[in-house]
Amino acid sequence: MSKTTQQVDEVVIRFAGDSGDGMQLTGGRFTETTAIVGNDLSTLPDFPAEIRAPAGSLAGVSAFQIKFSSKDIHTPGDKPDVLVAMNPAALKVHQKEVTPGGTIICNANAFSPKNLKLAGYETNPLEDKTLDDYYTLYTVEMSKMVALANEDLGLTPKIIDRTKNFFALGLLFWIYDRPMQSTKDWLGVKFAKKPEIVEANIRAMDAGYNYGETTEIFTTRYTVEKANLPAGTYRNVVGNHALSMGLAAAAEKSKLGLFYGGYPITPASDILHTLSAWKHLGIKTFQAEDEIAGITAVLGAAFTGNLGVTATSGPGIALKGEAMGLAVMAELPLVVVNVQRGGPSTGLPTKTEQSDLLQAMYGRNGEAPLPVLASATPGDCFFAAYEACRIAVKYMTPVILLTDGYLANGSEPWQIPKIDDLPDFNVSFADESILADGQFLSYSRDKETLARPWAIPGTAGLEHRIGGIEKEDLTGNVSYDPDNHHYMVETRAKKVEAIANEFGPSKIFGKASGDLLILSWGGTKGACRSASEALQDSGKNVSHLHIRWINPLPKDLGEILIKFKNVLIPEINYGQLIKIIRGEFLVDAKGLNQVRGKPISSLDIQEAANTLIG
Amino acid sequence: MSDTIKSYTKKDFTSDQAVRWCPGCGDYAILAQTQKIFPDLGVDKENFVFISGIGCSSRFPYYMDTFGFHTIHGRAPAIASGVKLANPDLSVWVVTGDGDGLSIGGNHTIHLLRRNLDINVMLFNNRIYGLTKGQYSPTSEVGKITKSTPMGSLDRPFNPLTLALGSGATFVSRTIDKETKHMQSMIMRSHGHKGTSFMEIYQNCNIFNDGAFSNQTDREQKADTVLILENGEPMLFGSDKNKGIRLDGNTPKVVELGDKWGMDDVLVHDESDYVIASLLSNMTYQPEFPDPIGVLYAVESDTYEDTMVAQLNQAVKKKSNGTVQDLLNTGDTWVVD
Repeated sequence: MSKTTQQVDEVVIRFAGDSGDGMQLTGGRFTETTAIVGNDLSTLPDFPAEIRAPAGSLAGVSAFQIKFSSKDIHTPGDKPDVLVAMNPAALKVHQKEVTPGGTIICNANAFSPKNLKLAGYETNPLEDKTLDDYYTLYTVEMSKMVALANEDLGLTPKIIDRTKNFFALGLLFWIYDRPMQSTKDWLGVKFAKKPEIVEANIRAMDAGYNYGETTEIFTTRYTVEKANLPAGTYRNVVGNHALSMGLAAAAEKSKLGLFYGGYPITPASDILHTLSAWKHLGIKTFQAEDEIAGITAVLGAAFTGNLGVTATSGPGIALKGEAMGLAVMAELPLVVVNVQRGGPSTGLPTKTEQSDLLQAMYGRNGEAPLPVLASATPGDCFFAAYEACRIAVKYMTPVILLTDGYLANGSEPWQIPKIDDLPDFNVSFADESILADGQFLSYSRDKETLARPWAIPGTAGLEHRIGGIEKEDLTGNVSYDPDNHHYMVETRAKKVEAIANEFGPSKIFGKASGDLLILSWGGTKGACRSASEALQDSGKNVSHLHIRWINPLPKDLGEILIKFKNVLIPEINYGQLIKIIRGEFLVDAKGLNQVRGKPISSLDIQEAANTLIG
Repeated sequence: MSDTIKSYTKKDFTSDQAVRWCPGCGDYAILAQTQKIFPDLGVDKENFVFISGIGCSSRFPYYMDTFGFHTIHGRAPAIASGVKLANPDLSVWVVTGDGDGLSIGGNHTIHLLRRNLDINVMLFNNRIYGLTKGQYSPTSEVGKITKSTPMGSLDRPFNPLTLALGSGATFVSRTIDKETKHMQSMIMRSHGHKGTSFMEIYQNCNIFNDGAFSNQTDREQKADTVLILENGEPMLFGSDKNKGIRLDGNTPKVVELGDKWGMDDVLVHDESDYVIASLLSNMTYQPEFPDPIGVLYAVESDTYEDTMVAQLNQAVKKKSNGTVQDLLNTGDTWVVD
């Protein structure tokens, strides 16, 4: 039977299975290969908080979505065109989101009476025809085929069955015409000490590929052409990894020692893991006894002249609040990364949300302003981290960098930057030359940035004391003077405002005035950009503005907002940036607020925009 | 850092800030002894860092003309850890109290001791909350009548020395605010110890808990109520050194030297013996025993910062000095023309 090849612009695939089925790994390999092929891509891992929920249960379903395209794309896709469901629970959880007319590929062997019952199916959906009217359904006996392919390797049936994800991967590689060699190489390295496991997985993957090639079930292959990306060397990058590299770059460029203190918490822990593996760069990591010790140790290191960074999520940021206040008072450089997750309280630890913005802005006692910026994409986490470090040191202030679970675990192709091309990051510690009549004024300030001198222990002549009690202007001595307190509150606020001098003019996507401005911050940038493109393509007078810094806001933001009849602010929270915008500019902005632990889809943004402007 | 150590006097360690503890507070004596002995420690003063939390004792750094950081309640050990790890050459001192170090900051105290960073902890124990005006503390005795416990406190107290030993401390000592020479020698010993040194200082709060340690400081009776420890020496006390500590099986007993018990029966102090340190620490709060002062326990063990630096050096050696650009270029890459 002949096979046809069809060219498509973009595809969204979702791999779903039990937590133990290796779906994140399968998705990861498909992603790496797709990156090498040269497509633009965006990924969205979605896994349960439980380490290992009961096998076959709905709670234990883990999924990984990838969108890849021959065009420039901004999101991991709204609805999957293809769902790979490794068991009934995975089908049950994800089937309703598949595009009508889409493809569902199932491991038929996993649809046992027990698994069907666990997933809440009364009849087998692969046999009862309920899916056939809506989808193209492929039932493949994956478990059986990997058992046959590997029967002579002397491995236990259980271990052999674990290779079924590579069967699925091989099948998808065939359908989308991707090479398998890089995955074979990767297996060889990953299981270097277990050659039989390498062999079993390669056989499973080959079996899947050949199944597509030789059976008559799959008649069509699809190709997705290379995306037209700017020239350069690329790699695929995950947000937390990019962020860690940004911190390392900041340390190298500034010649400061990097001290990272933190306490393990989902989804921020990977930053701790990543930096801990880079000891050869001299990076010091400190797994503290709790979140508070994580940030306070970092503050001690910052006092001593290191580039101090901590990262956390959700409840962790609440615990760090008091120390951030101290950093504001002590005017020491510090970067606090908040990988936002669903809240409140423990909330949804593995799901994404943008609901800590107001906490970042205002969540400390007293008037404690600090700069807040947010990464827009996984790759942008690198640049945002670098920028956060640079601003923290230049202005001698703690900086909050907001990312989120979607950015932290999501990935995209990333043009590898040259360290030499990054903005200058020069640091000088104060020395005896700063003394005025033999006196060290620890709270004297740079005229432009209002930064105070960084005078580190070990510097003769600059012995001085700082602390959380209000400081006297210039001397830094304890002061309860009313006018001094008012002046210092004002000065700390002005220092943060001065950071806006760093920003160039805001870049609007679309016209500078019109019917609607979609305003975004953080990880919703991609969905807002996709929606804006679609709306503009359909002739709507819609523009998009993404803001990187929420504190301070760009100086030209007010002038931009008033040139639009409507302002729409999509956020994965119950309305946070919108409160700031309305409060700051008296603009009647409208919100699109979804708090489902998932990225907002560009379709929903388009719908909200159309409702607003008709 | 310079090779030759500058010479200092007490004045060099006295800052220009007016000291603002209550008149008669035991903190004055501790500050004075610290300022007196610091010139003898053999460290350039720019290399001293004092870190404190919140409480009366935590005002201490403001009065020392060294680098200092008065931080937030209970967190001094964690901040000090960051200071030490950022620059292991510094001489880092934590000043804390029974509330700051054992209540709100108890977690950081035990973890500092467990990690054994070369940091010196001075815990001023006055068995009361002074700054907040007189509530009971985690070292107050059961039944203590305070503003927050009008019918007497219910909590059983911590024994700071036992807690330190249980946390894996490598150096545990105690002194008393009024024992000025002894305190100087304990500061010297703390400084000389490589690893976390934990020094409990009995400190009188003459406003909210006056006389908490009068049994141990009263001239008439202190010979009978205080056991001054000397390494390798028998544990003798009493005005004529006529009393001693003897082990009856595993149980310490107070014995009078005379016909029945002689010097050979008295336990000899061994700072490296954990069991002896444990026995000594548990004499606190027991009226039949004297309160031991001096070094209860001192052993050498790797410090956290030394092992951290060793790991960093090992990693550099193994991977050679990589650059961040190498890191960025790692993994599967492809070129778009």
